[in-house]
Amino acid sequence: MTNQNILSKLPYSKPFLFVDEIIRIDENGVEGSYTFDENLDFYKGHFKDKPVTPGVILTEVMGQIGVVCLGIFLLNDTIKKDTAIALTSTNIEFLKVVLPNEKVTVISEKIYFRFGKLKCKVMMKNTKEEIVCRGEIAGMMI
Amino acid sequence: MNKQEIIGHLKAIVQPYIQDQTAFESLTEDTDFINDLKINSANLVDVILDIEEKFDIIIDNQAMEKMINVKAAIEIIEMHLAEK
Repeated sequence: MTNQNILSKLPYSKPFLFVDEIIRIDENGVEGSYTFDENLDFYKGHFKDKPVTPGVILTEVMGQIGVVCLGIFLLNDTIKKDTAIALTSTNIEFLKVVLPNEKVTVISEKIYFRFGKLKCKVMMKNTKEEIVCRGEIAGMMI
Repeated sequence: MNKQEIIGHLKAIVQPYIQDQTAFESLTEDTDFINDLKINSANLVDVILDIEEKFDIIIDNQAMEKMINVKAAIEIIEMHLAEK
């Protein structure tokens, strides 16, 4: 499956699509990037007069690139139109702040893909190659 | 490994994932993972993977679907251990 094909199969759209590009993907992991547009709605309130990307959004970016894109790749042609997915667990630590207009790269390694559940070790880096956040995320088909 | 030992290992494996403490404390062969212990389906995958690791066996999709209660889990574990 081509990277463009995977992007077209993502079940998200603006304002909740958080994948710009898949840089590399294989059966063991994925690397992708996303740039935070300064006009994203949540910056108006997080925080008042001091926009900082919320941790839940960083987690979502890691989930969409690191788990959902990889899941679509692993399922390949067995994915159906009515295949529904759900986030099942996250365990993330946050180390650096991400400001509006920053570009981040997500690197994800598969821990396991069994019985429809995909669990990954995921890391996010900024353009200075600093680790922004890292942890484990799992999701499954329901 | 006898049945009581297997149940002992199973109890330790499921403990982090249960949501019903009373059902866990009175766990028997008839205890159902989902209906009694209230283990959610995503965590049931982790239970199965922990069983594989603990008993050094491989559980396939078919066996996974049968593993709905303690009794079925013991049967599948015993079957795999006997094959070794």
